[in-house]
Amino acid sequence: MLTRRHVLAGLGAGAGIAALPLRLAMAATPGDRRFVLVILRGGMDGLAAVPPYGDRELKELRRGQLAIAEPGQPDGALDLGGKFGLHPALAPLHEFYKRNEMLVIHAACSAYRGRSHFDGQDVLESGVATPHGARDGWVNRALAALQDPSGTRQGLALGQTVPLALRGRVPVASWSPSDLPAVEPGLMQAIAMIYQRDALLGPALAEGLKSQAFADEVMNDGQRMNQAPGAGAQQFKQAAAAAGKLMAPANGPKLAVMDIGGWDTHANQGGARGRLANVLQILAEGLKDLADGLGPAWSKTVVLVMTEFGRTAAVNGTGGTDHGTGGVAFLLGGAIAGGRVLADWPGLSGGKLFEGRDLMPTTDLRSVAKALLIDHLGVPAKAVEARVFPDSADAKPMARLLRV
Amino acid sequence: MALPPNAAVGGLVAAARFGLGPAPGEIAEAARDPRGWVLEQLRPQSLPRELAGLPTGIDETRLFLLRRQSLAQARLAPRPSMEDETQPKLQREIRQARQLQTPPQSQTQPQTAPGVFGDGLARETYLREAAQRVLAQANSRAPVFERLVAFWSNHFTVSVQRPPVLGLAGAFEREAIRPYVLGRFEDMLLAVARHPAMLLYLDNAQSIGPNSRFGQARERGLNENLAREILELHTLGVNGGYAQHDVRALAMILTGWSIARPQDDRPGAFMFRPQTHEPGDKRLLGQSYSGGESEAVKALGDLARHPSTARHIAAKLARHFIADDPPPASVARIAEVFQSTGGDLGAVSRAVVAEDAAWDKPLSKLRSPNELVVAALRLTGAGAKLEQRPLVNGLRRLGQAPFAAPSPAGWPDTAQDWVAPEAMVRRVEWAGQLAARLAADHAPLDLFHQSIAPSAGDETRLAVERAPSARDGIALVLAAPEFQRR
Repeated sequence: MLTRRHVLAGLGAGAGIAALPLRLAMAATPGDRRFVLVILRGGMDGLAAVPPYGDRELKELRRGQLAIAEPGQPDGALDLGGKFGLHPALAPLHEFYKRNEMLVIHAACSAYRGRSHFDGQDVLESGVATPHGARDGWVNRALAALQDPSGTRQGLALGQTVPLALRGRVPVASWSPSDLPAVEPGLMQAIAMIYQRDALLGPALAEGLKSQAFADEVMNDGQRMNQAPGAGAQQFKQAAAAAGKLMAPANGPKLAVMDIGGWDTHANQGGARGRLANVLQILAEGLKDLADGLGPAWSKTVVLVMTEFGRTAAVNGTGGTDHGTGGVAFLLGGAIAGGRVLADWPGLSGGKLFEGRDLMPTTDLRSVAKALLIDHLGVPAKAVEARVFPDSADAKPMARLLRV
Repeated sequence: MALPPNAAVGGLVAAARFGLGPAPGEIAEAARDPRGWVLEQLRPQSLPRELAGLPTGIDETRLFLLRRQSLAQARLAPRPSMEDETQPKLQREIRQARQLQTPPQSQTQPQTAPGVFGDGLARETYLREAAQRVLAQANSRAPVFERLVAFWSNHFTVSVQRPPVLGLAGAFEREAIRPYVLGRFEDMLLAVARHPAMLLYLDNAQSIGPNSRFGQARERGLNENLAREILELHTLGVNGGYAQHDVRALAMILTGWSIARPQDDRPGAFMFRPQTHEPGDKRLLGQSYSGGESEAVKALGDLARHPSTARHIAAKLARHFIADDPPPASVARIAEVFQSTGGDLGAVSRAVVAEDAAWDKPLSKLRSPNELVVAALRLTGAGAKLEQRPLVNGLRRLGQAPFAAPSPAGWPDTAQDWVAPEAMVRRVEWAGQLAARLAADHAPLDLFHQSIAPSAGDETRLAVERAPSARDGIALVLAAPEFQRR
């Protein structure tokens, strides 16, 4: 039988495993269910990830480079049943969808209605309705409510820091790739921008980037950057594969949180190919690696993929989209009653948009999360309402998300 | 921040230029009375707790001498040297001496083979010294004082680029620099010249007067290294008005200033060796010196009081605290205070603070890598999270491992020396890596307001506000051009 120690060694870069308890314990609460939360930091464009090609307004809003062809056409979206399509770069996820292991939730958003990344992510992760309303996260509070008596760490953070969602009273394990990330091209681009007016440091940094072959990716028009996704995004695949292997054993951690950036596509977002497509592809490949790593445990797994907000319905002046509101969330896993798109579709015509610019949110992401905690992980409903998602009575747990 | 813009800038200059970079709240605190905030710290400070319990120069020098002796014996001994009686005894002695001073929780492993770069144990000491020094700077509540320690430590550089200094550099700073930064320059110069780290670094421990008893009996002789650097770097300056015969005279004067060997009374301590001291009269800068050990004390005192020394020190202080090319009038005023007070470094430091030019133009100085790292740790409190080796290796990658200046001239102090393209990329990468570890602990805008806000351009502010994640936002603050400056 494979022990935890074997699994850890089997990951290869043993030195990269930080702070994972090697203590073996047979008690496994919450049963044999697994839950993985994937946070897309920066605001994923839901209208590009899952284009509602059945809505006639979409063609008007998404013209030119950002247009994604309808299903059946070259480089077209992958059909999700007649009204919505899946971005072609998400092809690996389409396989899950066809196996009924993927649910798409459209026009969804957290309780947050502003357009600040920090505050939006804070609300998404803390689980309370106002920014900075809590110093711990809803996944950690769910762990607390599960009251696991075994003492093993059921929570697992992938990455160099524990995300807010998993921070709190209950100690969690963590894993991060052993090599520190280089600076992602998107961030390097932002840094290079603020260096431009520094007569001394600006040219020095520009020259340094040039000689590091960053130049084409960052300093020019962003075209080459579209070909080379950031190191941070690449790390997502490493982390996803590791999460799968670590969570596969019966005595492994049960709740994991990981994140991936690269979604803040204000410029040169691209269409079927390009900047956003590259990140989508890495996301899809990472999620597939996660599923592969989990092996048989995939059938008992739910993965919730969500972002702090969607993006503007219309294209902006720099071939991108700006911070919006309603967006897309994904549910994956063998435990999901998938093969469906859940959306109380608000429509894309001008009058239907939130504040005249964003997809109107019609589904509260807390409704999704609450349902998963209660129905999948068995967290007592009372605890979910009182402590995990306080003041969320209006966001009723969604029914029928899970396979029965 | 509710501070009026001008007050905030004053607070920033106080905390960033005179201090080591603002810790949270420090800009506001200093803004109430920026010069007063700086002056308040110009008083003797107790040893930072981060530096408590680190080895003394004497102990560390004794270990070095034992090590060198054992290596020499190993080389001379007929093979197999393992059977040599004396060597295991020496090794044992080294180990025992080391155990007395190494805290039991130390888990670092010696990595270097004996004789290559110290013996691993010295390397361990160096790592601890280097990391603890960064942390002492990062945590200090008297950052102005700590900056002065760093300034003078760099002025009187001993560098671990030379193996004997490896375990000694931290002790040197504690023993020969720190007690004197607000005292008399002459006393610091004397403490430096007598410290085993300097005597080993610049070879004076082995220098032998050609006409001394020892010199006549052996084929070894004078070493001018320390004498030359005292004149060129420590006191008069390269154009300070000395010639080669002065270098030679000072070298003669310094003969006999050496270190007690393992067989002597206080192994590792300073020791004057009359048998290697050059006898007779020496003429340095037109003055006559004779009288054994005391003649060097007198010569160093005269050098310390020389007008060229006042100008040289004033120019270096002005370059450090005002600008890469400081106004000549500022240099002249600081030199005048140095000269008129007989090198009272407290008075000289206050004279630097009094220079309006030091307050006029914020951000005119580029932070060195060490200053950058310390500023980031002060702002974020991340020092507690970083382990010794990554911390020191990070500084090495940035081009400035602690106590490892490339030459006796110390680390350079102008922007041009630090803006190499590759170096800038590494700064940005370092910022990104630190930010990745801090993302969950800090709000980027808070860090922005606590550090560069008073001087930041709109582009930087907007970039931080719009950053797609806390991690990116923190990286933008720490990598911002404004954060590279002080």
